[in-house]
Amino acid sequence: MLSQLGDDAKLLAGGQSLIPLMKLRFANPTHLVDLNFIDGSSGISEADGILRLGPLTRHAEIENSAVVARVPILHDCAGGIADVQVRNRGTIGGSLAEADPSGDWAVVLSTLATQVRCLGKDGERIVDLKDFIQDAYTTALAHDELVSEVVVKIPPKGSGGAYLAFKRAAPVYPTASAAVQLTMNGDVCKEVSIALGCVGLTAIKAEEAEAALRGQPISEKTLSATAEAARAAADPQSDMRGSADYKRRLIGALVRRAIDIAVRRARGEQVEASHVYA
Amino acid sequence: MSMPEAIAKVPVKVSVNGQLHTLDVEPRMLLVEMLREQLDLTGTHVGCDTTYCGACTVLLNGAAVKSCTMFAVQADGAEITTVEGLEKDGQLHPVQKAFGDAYGLQCGYCTPGLMLSTLQLLSKNQQPDEKDMRKAIAGNTCRCTGYQNILKAMRFAAQNVKGA
Repeated sequence: MLSQLGDDAKLLAGGQSLIPLMKLRFANPTHLVDLNFIDGSSGISEADGILRLGPLTRHAEIENSAVVARVPILHDCAGGIADVQVRNRGTIGGSLAEADPSGDWAVVLSTLATQVRCLGKDGERIVDLKDFIQDAYTTALAHDELVSEVVVKIPPKGSGGAYLAFKRAAPVYPTASAAVQLTMNGDVCKEVSIALGCVGLTAIKAEEAEAALRGQPISEKTLSATAEAARAAADPQSDMRGSADYKRRLIGALVRRAIDIAVRRARGEQVEASHVYA
Repeated sequence: MSMPEAIAKVPVKVSVNGQLHTLDVEPRMLLVEMLREQLDLTGTHVGCDTTYCGACTVLLNGAAVKSCTMFAVQADGAEITTVEGLEKDGQLHPVQKAFGDAYGLQCGYCTPGLMLSTLQLLSKNQQPDEKDMRKAIAGNTCRCTGYQNILKAMRFAAQNVKGA
């Protein structure tokens, strides 16, 4: 259908980003194809340690899912996006396909082993999330392809994660955000993945920050080094949400706090975390 | 001079406050415009028109949504509740009564949206704590009250709904 309608046709999922963009005339699609009436396009299932999310699964459904609660970082993300009304409409597939630099899902999912199934008229292909998001508002999707499933590997036992996003108010995009997913072995951080949001054109994997923590005991020294490396990895722009310098400092603080929560969760503690706003 | 080409209208079947309507709308029409302009249900307000303020909140199959951020055609087959649907037989809904009793409004512009957000919360959680209530209305902006009396109204509403 998309190939028939031409290049200016767009897919409409939850519409919570696309409709505002259309009102601002930043997007002027000639045709919109509404995906909301396709049966079976939403839902969450788990088998053999793999979590599968339908592309039209709403943030609210993910927030309230008992299966997802086993991967707290996903719950943190789903429960904090914008507000109740937006979470009731907005979808995980739409968020990834939109690839907004301030979006939440790409940040969180890039700390987990995530694959995106892309369906086109010639069949389906599976793309790793890191190859799926290519640039701001740009993904690996061809014009006549859509996201058909988001596939996430559930982290092993002894793992914990946390996603913290700092916002000025509920309905706005975060000023900056940090996702940390780690696996502990006693007091030593065995494996870690750190991603930063809203401080670059896409989610930034802070690899030097990961290297500063991997294989190290959790101490003031390693936490400082990790936060410092995360600050250096951020590439923020000054805008109405804050200066570049402010956002860098914020990233350092969010990463430290997210590590603290992730470590406690890895030890089995129940810790509440999500988006933070005044 | 020729008029711009008219956009073909699309039929929509939608239940609003329990009444079934069959309407023809332009595909670009927003749900809030259909409610206000075609059905004359002007209790649903347009505050910001940018998905921020929540004045346009309605229930779509029981879930609170911002009706300025959805096309009318997307409501085809759905059940919509607006503020006009709360009152029954001349009796205020317990949530409406609570907002009055607690002085949970001043100018009233945000109130329909806040009441529908409250209703969605109470439909899922009849004993919300303060945190649940704050989270439920995080997408509804009020510039008059400072929210204290709104939270009080929500507490009253929870008691009213429980007692009803």
